[in-house]
Amino acid sequence: MTMHTLPRRLGLAVVTAVIVWFLSVRLDTFRDFQIAQVAVYVPAVAGLTVLTGLSGQISLGNGAFMAIGAYATALLLLHLNWPFVAALVASAAVTAVAGGIVGVAAARLRGPYLAGLTLLLGVALPSLAFAYQGVFGADQGLSVTFTTPAFLGATFPLTRWQAWVSTVVALVTLVLLANLCYSRIGRNWRAVRDDEVAAALDGVNVAVTRTLAFVVSAVCAGLAGSLLAIVTSLVAPGAYTITLSIALLTAAVIGGLGSLPGALWGSLLIVLLPTYVTDVATSHGLSSSVGSNIPIAAYGAVLILVMLAFPQGIQGGLRRLLTLFTGPDAKTRIPGDAPAPHVTPQADEAPASQTEKEGTS
Amino acid sequence: MSSAAAGQDTSPALAVEDLVAGYGGVIALDRVSITAGTAAITAVLGANGAGKTTLLRAVSGMVRPRRGRVLLGGADLAGRSPEQMVRAGVAHVPEGQGVIPELTVEENLRVGMMSWPPRARRTERTAALDEAYGRFQPLADRRRKLAATLSGGERQMLVIARALLARPRVLLLDEPSLGLAPRVMAQVMDLVVQLSREHGLTIVLVEQNARSALAIADHGVVLNLGRVVASADAATLAADVALRHHYLGF
Amino acid sequence: MVEFLQFTLSGIAFGMIYAAVALSLVLIWRGTRVLNFAQGGMAMFTTFVAIEVIYRTGSYWTGFVTALAAGLVLGVVCQLTVIRPTMNKPPLNAVIVTIGLLILIEGLAGIFFGGQYRSFPTAFSQTGLRIGGTPLGVSRYDVFVAAAVLVVTLALAAAFRYTSAGLRMRAAAFNATIARLSGIRVARVLTVGWGLAGLLGALAGVLVSPSTFLYPNSMDTIFVYGFTAAVIGGLDSPLGAVVGGLLLGLALSYSGGYLHNGSNLVPVVALVILVVVLMVRPGGLFSATQVRRV
Repeated sequence: MTMHTLPRRLGLAVVTAVIVWFLSVRLDTFRDFQIAQVAVYVPAVAGLTVLTGLSGQISLGNGAFMAIGAYATALLLLHLNWPFVAALVASAAVTAVAGGIVGVAAARLRGPYLAGLTLLLGVALPSLAFAYQGVFGADQGLSVTFTTPAFLGATFPLTRWQAWVSTVVALVTLVLLANLCYSRIGRNWRAVRDDEVAAALDGVNVAVTRTLAFVVSAVCAGLAGSLLAIVTSLVAPGAYTITLSIALLTAAVIGGLGSLPGALWGSLLIVLLPTYVTDVATSHGLSSSVGSNIPIAAYGAVLILVMLAFPQGIQGGLRRLLTLFTGPDAKTRIPGDAPAPHVTPQADEAPASQTEKEGTS
Repeated sequence: MSSAAAGQDTSPALAVEDLVAGYGGVIALDRVSITAGTAAITAVLGANGAGKTTLLRAVSGMVRPRRGRVLLGGADLAGRSPEQMVRAGVAHVPEGQGVIPELTVEENLRVGMMSWPPRARRTERTAALDEAYGRFQPLADRRRKLAATLSGGERQMLVIARALLARPRVLLLDEPSLGLAPRVMAQVMDLVVQLSREHGLTIVLVEQNARSALAIADHGVVLNLGRVVASADAATLAADVALRHHYLGF
Repeated sequence: MVEFLQFTLSGIAFGMIYAAVALSLVLIWRGTRVLNFAQGGMAMFTTFVAIEVIYRTGSYWTGFVTALAAGLVLGVVCQLTVIRPTMNKPPLNAVIVTIGLLILIEGLAGIFFGGQYRSFPTAFSQTGLRIGGTPLGVSRYDVFVAAAVLVVTLALAAAFRYTSAGLRMRAAAFNATIARLSGIRVARVLTVGWGLAGLLGALAGVLVSPSTFLYPNSMDTIFVYGFTAAVIGGLDSPLGAVVGGLLLGLALSYSGGYLHNGSNLVPVVALVILVVVLMVRPGGLFSATQVRRV
């Protein structure tokens, strides 16, 4: 089943929305909050997986774009009292500009040099919140008020509304991203990723294509940031550290790089896993120093193990599982089939054990 | 089918039996059997994609065969790693990429001696280097220069010199004349003949340029789509006009 | 003027630390084309090992040497267990694995050594040196830091250039196929490379911890700046790593000292420097000018 057509995508989105609605009504407040959390991450991870998987540009700093979206939304809500949707769109625009600037700076960079730039971006941008405390509120940050609309009644739980809003935004983002991926733009991204020289000879403007990918991924992250602002009711630098950027990348790769369903798996993993491991640790009543670090160590171990066991990510693993039942799918490429992006330089520089050994899969 | 180099030992130094090898879903060698007579030059010919390069890679260990045997002096070494094969006496000069341009000429040569047992004395190594410089004067002139500064012919010389420093019994050459001017190509071919006649080296030569390969070879094997379609001494192959037209392009 | 001298010397001291981290990253990158995100974490862990040894034996130098040895071992172990399986897989997998390794190591450090900030001793006095009555802004210890990194760097450079083992590593890094066909056991060389990188990282950790205190996240910022320094210099250039480290150390020291609101803007200054360098040289300062496209 491929997602080549718009009706199919919309249909899948609607089905997902119904499932989430059902869960949000049946589950308790905490679970609603978790649904909201996952829905917050999905656009950011999806944008990153498109940037890195389809367009071949690694980014260790998309948390910075989330911060931009979040702070923009908070400031608009706080100082100008805009309605949320307007703030959302405006923040997306601001983030798009930021993404364009970064994209232009990054257009000529490859592999680890791009990684270095985006890493430092992810570290430096949040520090501006401390440098200009008057505007950004330093450590305590800015608080965000977000309430359920009147038509839902006074007793409607806020967390459920937050889950609904986040889910809708997430699904809309996914559908739009899918449209992009299957369009000429998406093909250009893949062409530039696979062979820049050939793409350029084909008439593709490499710099514009790459910058556009950054803009798109930044907008997705910005939307996620806006959602995070209303879900946590607070925008503070502590939530947008480099840890966030790294978590996004981790989610994208583990879910399956270049795959939109993979963005969902990855988001589920980074939201649910730490909670689960913490629960297991505290239920064993371990001392605070040991107990609070076991989830951390376990999280790291899981990352390593999943990566070693599922080199193509969870989505790749699922696909292989599926072919066991249905036989090899000769159909060609949907975005999920993206080969590895070029973090390494061009082939003639690669020194690692690159001799062709039969049987390594 | 053994080679018939007159006056030489007729048991093959290298033999490949029913070799099957490929990449992923593609089979590049389909039950190929070839023998290379000791101290003889065996040419492996055929169009692009026939499997010639894969054959050399399967022998030198760059590619692990799926089935079949690689016999060196009677012992089956199929599936060994390249590091092991070179220590067993098989030196492979791959197509195109040979020289390490970021290293000097002398450093490139020293790399060739990396398969020597660690206890080998420095004096032995220096002597071997001197011998290489003696045989290849242009390399001696440029010993401290980066290999990147060498011309095409000099690079080929360096690559062969380096392979010789591994003290092989069998030398696998993949398209040594590729990209070289005709005069330089002739020099390389002369060198190959010299190595076999004067030094008793067993040589397996993969060449696109079948005519010049058959001119110096003792025995020839023609591959097509991963199978052996002809195997005979060089003169017979060169005389078979139909074969030449069909598979060898001349 | 005195202030300028202080900032300069302090910048050099920190710059050498960044250089050490940058060197370890370059070593691994050149040899294996892997970005080792766990480098800082590994350094932190070996420093904790050192401090435990120092507490038990009372000797700084025993702890120092143990840290370096532990770094060597840790590097080798990590490469053999966790990195080697990623060698023929998509390159980003190795990045995620090293990130997982980082998180795992930081968690383990918290478990074994506790999360509180610990002070790390020095072998040399940290009081400021003076010429006449004027404070220089550096201590004997800072001089030791710079000297230690310099000595180790030069020793490594000499080893790479003049020894057979060094040639083996360079050949394996430049062209693994030719290296293997020449009999170089490239897999072993890669492992040794990781061991050396671990040693360098351990050195950086031990040298910087007296200034930063020691806790599971103490090397995170050092790692980021070390990585930045490596990128500025060019990831294939050890010389670039040292130059990049010094450059960054000095620039950050000056901006932290002279800029209004400087200490908060240090990461931004680093970003600006990086952007400027990469705009002019996308491969870092010491990258080769030709970009081979085919």
